[in-house]
Amino acid sequence: MPTISRTEVAHLARLARLAVTDSELDVFADQLDVILTSVARVGEVAADDIPPTSHAVPLTNVFREDVVRPGLSQQQALAGAPRAEDGRFRVPRILDDPDDRTNMGPERA
Amino acid sequence: MTDLTRRTAAELADAIHSRATTAAEVTRAHLDRIAAVDTAVHAFLHVDADGALAAAAAVDAALDAGQPPASALAGVPLALKDIFTTVDMPTTCGSRILEGWRPPYDATVVRRLRAAGVVILGKTNMDEFAMGSSTENSAYGPTRNPWDTDRIPGGSGGGSAAALAAFEAPLAIGTDTGGSIRQPGAVTGTVGVKPTYGGVSRYGLVAFSSSLDQGGPCARTVLDAALLHEVIGGHDPLDSTSIDAPVPPVVAAARAGADGGLAGVRVGVVTELSGEGYQPGVLRAFEAAVEQLRALGAEVVEVSCPSFDYALPAYYLIAPSECSSNLARFDAMRYGLRVGDDSTRSAEEVMALTREAGFGAEVKRRIMIGTYALSSGYYDAYYGQAQKVRTLITRDFDAVFARVDVLVSPTTPTTAFPIGERTDDPMAMYLADLCTIPANLAGNAALSVPCGVSEDDGLPVGLQVMSPTLADDRGYRVAGAYEAARDAAAGQTLISAVPQMEVTAR
Repeated sequence: MPTISRTEVAHLARLARLAVTDSELDVFADQLDVILTSVARVGEVAADDIPPTSHAVPLTNVFREDVVRPGLSQQQALAGAPRAEDGRFRVPRILDDPDDRTNMGPERA
Repeated sequence: MTDLTRRTAAELADAIHSRATTAAEVTRAHLDRIAAVDTAVHAFLHVDADGALAAAAAVDAALDAGQPPASALAGVPLALKDIFTTVDMPTTCGSRILEGWRPPYDATVVRRLRAAGVVILGKTNMDEFAMGSSTENSAYGPTRNPWDTDRIPGGSGGGSAAALAAFEAPLAIGTDTGGSIRQPGAVTGTVGVKPTYGGVSRYGLVAFSSSLDQGGPCARTVLDAALLHEVIGGHDPLDSTSIDAPVPPVVAAARAGADGGLAGVRVGVVTELSGEGYQPGVLRAFEAAVEQLRALGAEVVEVSCPSFDYALPAYYLIAPSECSSNLARFDAMRYGLRVGDDSTRSAEEVMALTREAGFGAEVKRRIMIGTYALSSGYYDAYYGQAQKVRTLITRDFDAVFARVDVLVSPTTPTTAFPIGERTDDPMAMYLADLCTIPANLAGNAALSVPCGVSEDDGLPVGLQVMSPTLADDRGYRVAGAYEAARDAAAGQTLISAVPQMEVTAR
């Protein structure tokens, strides 16, 4: 049966971009262990020769004519942006600051 | 005139269309009711009185000008789950991360409601991003069950179900990923329908688990649900998994059931969906309902779906996996909350701080479970194996639907539990979805119709009726027949037994 450590939960949180607190980690580590142990029951089913189902409705590609249809205006697309500038989304820096090696972002996978 | 809020949607539509009353009057009556009771119930996150009155006035003007009603429900008010995008109201999904967000487009379901002249009163409370079975995971506080305000109204669509049971709206819209329409219906004594997957457009339905999410109708009667189903259902080119086929004849089926009984209908009772873990009063109400179906002429047999025992664990791998992927869109860049942008932190840090501040505990748990299940090294044992179980569940359905027309079970193992009882125990909360999940995994149609109250606590119980894919009408026929017989036997509707809400002054 799987058990998940506090360190592993911290790693998951980092992968999922969740800056969880230490006290959350304690709670989540216990809860995730209980949940994962329970859902691991799917492994009891002998299903080696069973094809997986990803979707309830078996569909192949849906095609349509390649014609222009209405979309969002630039103004509409930016209307909910936390910050916008010059008609674009303004985002925090995406590269590490070369002058400040102590301020590295979360580790990359 | 007698209280307009106690009427069915079908009755209200008749009265509006015959000009015995007006859509404006009906809308005002419901807005007044919301003002009086929603402090106690908290079904709504947002009420748009001006927008609703304007929509009602437009319906009245068209009818006064001699135009035919835009639909069978033109002028009837509705409560909309706050997971469907609306240009004129916020869409929060019960989450801080979308607090105050005004989407730039309407969901297809919303467009169809507006075109049909349905009056949208406001947006209803829900578990954050539809993850939960009690509405306690809403960032904006829980909704209370009108049958007992110390108890949960189910979830995730507890706001929509409670709005119906509190007579704040005669119609509502929900979404059902693992039971979020049916389980709230069961515990509030209302009707909730999960259509066949692909039967109602997901365009503008904020995604939780895309292969499972399905919008559907909620109402106080089977006929009202069917009328709403026909308004919102049907093919939508904007949803690539929308089924390009006619909406099953659900209104005709609901009427046929109520008028004609169930002679010749084969009903299967699912062995695996009863027994240990089920509240005795729930099982007794369910057994009485099955007896009623037999009395209506149905042929009842017991059937086994052995893979259903693995539906819950499979679901709690598949849904979190899809959720961890879908909710990656909440990255603090294009819309919604942004926290910690102090011009020194990186985008990644801002993203992580925003998601930490904007998501509640259950959403974080599911994102992490999904991240785990999709990790290399675990993928085959968890996500891959769950997808195989999904195939086996579909095969179980196919096998029994060769022998019976519909399947029945209790909708959920217990009646409404006290607020706070399961908030610290995620697995206990997940058990509320035990009976509803198989139909989400297989994609077939299923509904919940109230089947009396549990003798141990006097709270409502739901009868689940499951139908094959695109045979949604069968469930409506069975539920329509059962509902008519239930009310005839009791001498009154079940919902009329809801305790009077304490009305607070405005």
